[in-house]
Amino acid sequence: MSAVVLPQSLKTTPRLDRWVRFNADRTVTVWSGKVELGQGIETAIAQIAADELDVSLDRLSLVAGDTRAAPDEWYTAGSQSIEVGGMAMRLACAEVRQIFLEAAARELEVASSELEIRDGTIGVSGTDVRTSYWDLAPRVDLAREATGVVAPKAPSRHGVIGTSAARRDLLAKITGAAYVHDMELPGMVFGRVLRPPSYGATLASFDAAAVRALPGVVTVLVSGNFVAVAAEREEQAIRALEAARRAATWSEGAELPPITEVRELLPKLPSTRSIVQRHGTPSDNSPRRFEATYSKPYIAHASIGPSCALASHDGRRFTIWSHTQGPHHLQRQLARVLGVEAVDVDVVHEDGAGCYGHNGADDVALDAALLARACGRPVLVQWTREDELAWSPYGSAMVVRISAALDEANRIVDWRHEIWSHTHIKRPGWGEGVNLLAAWHIDPPFPVPPAKDVPQPTGGADRNALPLYAFPAQEIAYNFIADMPLRVSALRSLGAYANVFAIESFMDELAAAAGADPIEFRLRHLDDARAREAIEAVAKAARWRRGEKGDGGRGRGIGFAQYKNRSAYCAVIAEVEARAALKVARVFAAVDAGQVINPDGLANQIEGGVVQALSWTLHEQVAFDRERVLARSWESYPILGFDETPEIEVVILNRPDETALGAGECAAGPTAAAVANALFDALGVRARDLPLTPERIARAME
Amino acid sequence: MAESFALRVNGRRHAVQAEPGTPLLYILRNDLKLKGTRFGCGEGQCGACTVLLDGQAVQSCDTPLWSAVDRDITTIEGLAGADGRLHPVQQAFVDAQAIQCGYCIDGIIMAAVALLASNGAPSDAEIAQALARHLCRCGTHVRILRAIRAAARSLGQQARA
Repeated sequence: MSAVVLPQSLKTTPRLDRWVRFNADRTVTVWSGKVELGQGIETAIAQIAADELDVSLDRLSLVAGDTRAAPDEWYTAGSQSIEVGGMAMRLACAEVRQIFLEAAARELEVASSELEIRDGTIGVSGTDVRTSYWDLAPRVDLAREATGVVAPKAPSRHGVIGTSAARRDLLAKITGAAYVHDMELPGMVFGRVLRPPSYGATLASFDAAAVRALPGVVTVLVSGNFVAVAAEREEQAIRALEAARRAATWSEGAELPPITEVRELLPKLPSTRSIVQRHGTPSDNSPRRFEATYSKPYIAHASIGPSCALASHDGRRFTIWSHTQGPHHLQRQLARVLGVEAVDVDVVHEDGAGCYGHNGADDVALDAALLARACGRPVLVQWTREDELAWSPYGSAMVVRISAALDEANRIVDWRHEIWSHTHIKRPGWGEGVNLLAAWHIDPPFPVPPAKDVPQPTGGADRNALPLYAFPAQEIAYNFIADMPLRVSALRSLGAYANVFAIESFMDELAAAAGADPIEFRLRHLDDARAREAIEAVAKAARWRRGEKGDGGRGRGIGFAQYKNRSAYCAVIAEVEARAALKVARVFAAVDAGQVINPDGLANQIEGGVVQALSWTLHEQVAFDRERVLARSWESYPILGFDETPEIEVVILNRPDETALGAGECAAGPTAAAVANALFDALGVRARDLPLTPERIARAME
Repeated sequence: MAESFALRVNGRRHAVQAEPGTPLLYILRNDLKLKGTRFGCGEGQCGACTVLLDGQAVQSCDTPLWSAVDRDITTIEGLAGADGRLHPVQQAFVDAQAIQCGYCIDGIIMAAVALLASNGAPSDAEIAQALARHLCRCGTHVRILRAIRAAARSLGQQARA
């Protein structure tokens, strides 16, 4: 018998009773470490559990992200929730099901092979010989470790998986209270934090008495460069924050770079070069060598609901309600800053506004904990719009330079891809030290830890830097810039957005140089059968005509990638109208995410991924001057509006017998490239610096 | 100084004590516990806090308390029927599964209710215009527009029935 390798989640939390419980009221509770971020994961993981246990979905409730009860499953990030969290749940449930089948066989004195389970009732079909999970539960001990030896159901037997079950969290969210923002505890007060005006600013003077004198103010907490207020009523907390702003003087310097164009800035910053991957013999003397440089600015999460947390402190222990992606990581980080043991901090996940990566959720949890300890009452801290835009980590800026050589047959024989970027992850719990904003501001401050990017095979800045195309020679290099002028961390798709934008733009440039149709040119270099099918599927949906050309105002372009070179395949065709401004009229997307758990949920993620990527691609960049970040409101950081909504058609290539692949981030890069390639098709202009604003397009035309 | 105000919200009368300039948003959320009206920016730029004031969609974060007196205020909690049945616009959002994180949706539903009350068959451009002060970050735009079109049809059928 070969050794069974348990998934990491089951290694960390092997006990089956930590995953599944049958309740006296004939319901089932399952616990997951993967939390709802707006992506619909709660519904999808519940479907996996219900299917594996053979219980109906409405009997099953899922508790996710609670350090008191739920398994530690790292972060809910990286399109890993189905691949890792879903698989762990599936294995745990398969094993629980088997244990109950065997128990039923003993009690009913039949062979377990004669038994079937229907909605939790276990019996011999066509007879009244039956029992159930709930009847057996008092006599079945699940306080045992998972072995991983029970094979999950064959896909052909799935009944809940593969259906578009409705979002379980939807009704609450469209009828009233639903988010951590909406929670209340007895005696709760409202908190706000006065952030410094710029990253390095220090508090020169502060008149706390002026703020304390205001109506309703309960606490004014000043520690180093951290200033926070709490008040009885929310509007009083807002008034106190405004007063605190007037009561503070800060000293700040010109600490941000004098160059604001990412394309020029990043290669000038000190960096360490490493080779990510290299194979084949370069053709240095090829006469037909092409080169282009692409850039992507710093991009904000810009969630509609600014970060929020509720904290209570009983004099010894803390309880934190948070929309964090990693409750267990946050628990350990908070304990370090608060000077307590991790067991004295409970972190409970509550839903928040849309989460697209490492935003302010963890930071505001520390803000709330500090205030709760200071005032001895539960505190709900709500970040302002300005806090959210100016202080959350940004997605790292990137510059990508690609060069390639074509042979006489117009095949790519040599490919070089060079990246300049910062880390794409700086989460609390990733690497050393403490990655929580207030920890760097309090007295004594925790040092800002050194940056460490995600290594291959998934990669950070170099995520999707390895083209899926088969080239006889290629070299991928990464110039890692350790210092970060702006605070950066994980934003949906990490480096894949810029790498795929660059690779897929350059493939189009080469196709044009080769006089080839861009789709045919890609297929010429692509061996992966599923990749080819995704591209062919989107071409078919869009009725792509080989050699089609834009008409000087309208054009179409394609972009493709397999996310992380190991998750979902996504091919996108965008149709643009480039007249007064660049308008994306239609988008077609084909996605192969292996076995589809919830087709409508997958389509929703692809549609959302496309639209968010359109917003990034057409509009978004975090501006800064020598002192300050300038993204502070929706006016200074505009995003896509409803009048810019394209028509979107998503084609799902379901492969029930293949592994389910993470798909939440796969559309970003292909969408950006498809738009840039469509712009080229429409106007013959190659815009290589994001975002594709009218000014940049005009500059590219010069 | 805090003063006493009488408000009419979702057909019920409420007395609240607060300063007259307090944004209506915080009165609804904290005094009346109507949490479906959400804080997004506090600057009237994102639409998450949209409620109806005498049937008109307004941003409650920049509507002072004093200006809401003697007017009919409707929040998302006031849309469902007495029997708990969802409002046709809410139902259309369920049918279209037009949510990702959902944080922007309640404000958008309120804007759609106001639009469809005055224009039973809006064009796509009119729907987009009604959502000009609303933002969605998850990119649920296509489904949101689909839900509003479906709600218009459903309300139209109800009116003819």
